[in-house]
Amino acid sequence: METEIVNGVVNLAPLAKSLAIGLSAIGAGLGIGMIGAKAMESIGRNPEAVGKILVPMLIISAFAEAVAIYGLVIAFSIK
Amino acid sequence: MENNKIEIQENIVTTNNIENNIKVEEKPSHEVTIYAEPVFHIGSFQVTNSLLTSWLAVLVVLVFSIIIRMKLKKIPGKLQHVFEVIIDGALSLVDQVTNDRKISKKVFPLVFSLFIFILVSNWLGLLPILGSIGLIAKEGAHSVFIPFLRSGTADINTTLALSIMIVLASNFFGILTIGLWKTFNKYVNLKGLGSIFTKVRKDPTVLIVAPINFFVGLLELLGEMAKIASLSFRLFGNVFAGEVLLASMSAILAFIVPGPFLFLEVFVGLIQALIFSLLATVYFTIAAQDHSEHDEHKEKHHEKETVHV
Repeated sequence: METEIVNGVVNLAPLAKSLAIGLSAIGAGLGIGMIGAKAMESIGRNPEAVGKILVPMLIISAFAEAVAIYGLVIAFSIK
Repeated sequence: MENNKIEIQENIVTTNNIENNIKVEEKPSHEVTIYAEPVFHIGSFQVTNSLLTSWLAVLVVLVFSIIIRMKLKKIPGKLQHVFEVIIDGALSLVDQVTNDRKISKKVFPLVFSLFIFILVSNWLGLLPILGSIGLIAKEGAHSVFIPFLRSGTADINTTLALSIMIVLASNFFGILTIGLWKTFNKYVNLKGLGSIFTKVRKDPTVLIVAPINFFVGLLELLGEMAKIASLSFRLFGNVFAGEVLLASMSAILAFIVPGPFLFLEVFVGLIQALIFSLLATVYFTIAAQDHSEHDEHKEKHHEKETVHV
C-alpha cells in the first residue's frame, strides 16, 4: 500500500534513464579520449604513419562508443 | 421503416467516429520507438517497416549484382572497375585478419555480402524521403505516425538474426576445418580432463591445470552468448541512436543543423558495417584455429630444449 502511494508520487524512471546514459557516456568519453590522445601522440612521433593509424583508431573508437550506445539502448528500454 | 431508421442512426454514429478520428489525428506523436512498428499484417504475420526496408535493401543489392553480372567483361567497364577495386580492397583487408588466403577465400563471400547488406540498409534509413512517408495509426487513445520505411538494422530482430547466424556459422566453419571433436573440446574440455590420467606421472601440475582449462572452456561457451549480444546490440544501438539523434536535431531546427549529423551518420553506418563484418571474420578465424595443436607444438619444442640441455 505504502509503496504504491510512493510510486504514484515519485517517478524514478527519468532518473534511471539519465543515470544509465550519463554513466555509460563517462566511460565511453574517457575511452575515446585515451584512444585519441595516444593516436595524436603517435602521429606526433611518426607523422608518416597517419594513414596507418587513422583506420584502426576509428575502429577502436567505435568499439569504445558502443559502450555508451549499450547505455542508450538500456535507457530507452526503461519504462 | 424501423430498419431504415436504425441504419440512419448507425450512419450518424460512424460519421461521428470519423470526425473524432480526424480531430485526434491532427496531432499524431512522432516519437521514435525502440521497436519497429507493424505496417500491415499477412495473416497473423506482422510486416514491420524495418522488414520492408530490409526487403528493399535486398532488392537494391540484387539489382546491382544482376546488372554487374550481365555486363561482366574481361576488360572492365566503369561500374565493374569500381566494384573490382572495392572487392580487391576488402579481400586484402580480410587477408590481414586471417593471415591465410585459403580461409579468407572461404570466409570472404559470406562476410562481404554481410557488409554490403548492412551498409545498404544503414544508408537506406538515412535517405530523407524514407522517414517522412507513412500512415497514421490509432494506438489506444493516441494516434501515432508510422513511417513506411525504417532502417532495417534499426530493429533488434534483424541484428539479432544476423549475429546468431554469424556465431552459428563460425562454429560450423570450425567443425568443418578442424573437426567436430576439437571444436567440442574448445567448449567442453573432455580431452584436458582425460589428460589428467595420461600425464599425471610425468607432470603433476596437470591436476590443477586441467580443471582450470575445463572451466575456461565453459566460460568460452558463455562467451559465444556474449558475442551474440555484443554484435547485435552494437549494430542496433548505433543505427537506432543515429535515428534518435537526427530526429532530435531536426526538432531543434529543421534546416542546416541536421546536416553535419547526417554526414556523421553516413560515416557511422559505414564504420558499423565494417566493424560487424570484421568481427565476423575474426570469429571465423578463431574458430578455424586449433588451440590444442599449438600447445602440443610448444610442448614438443620444450621437450627438445630440455633434451639439448
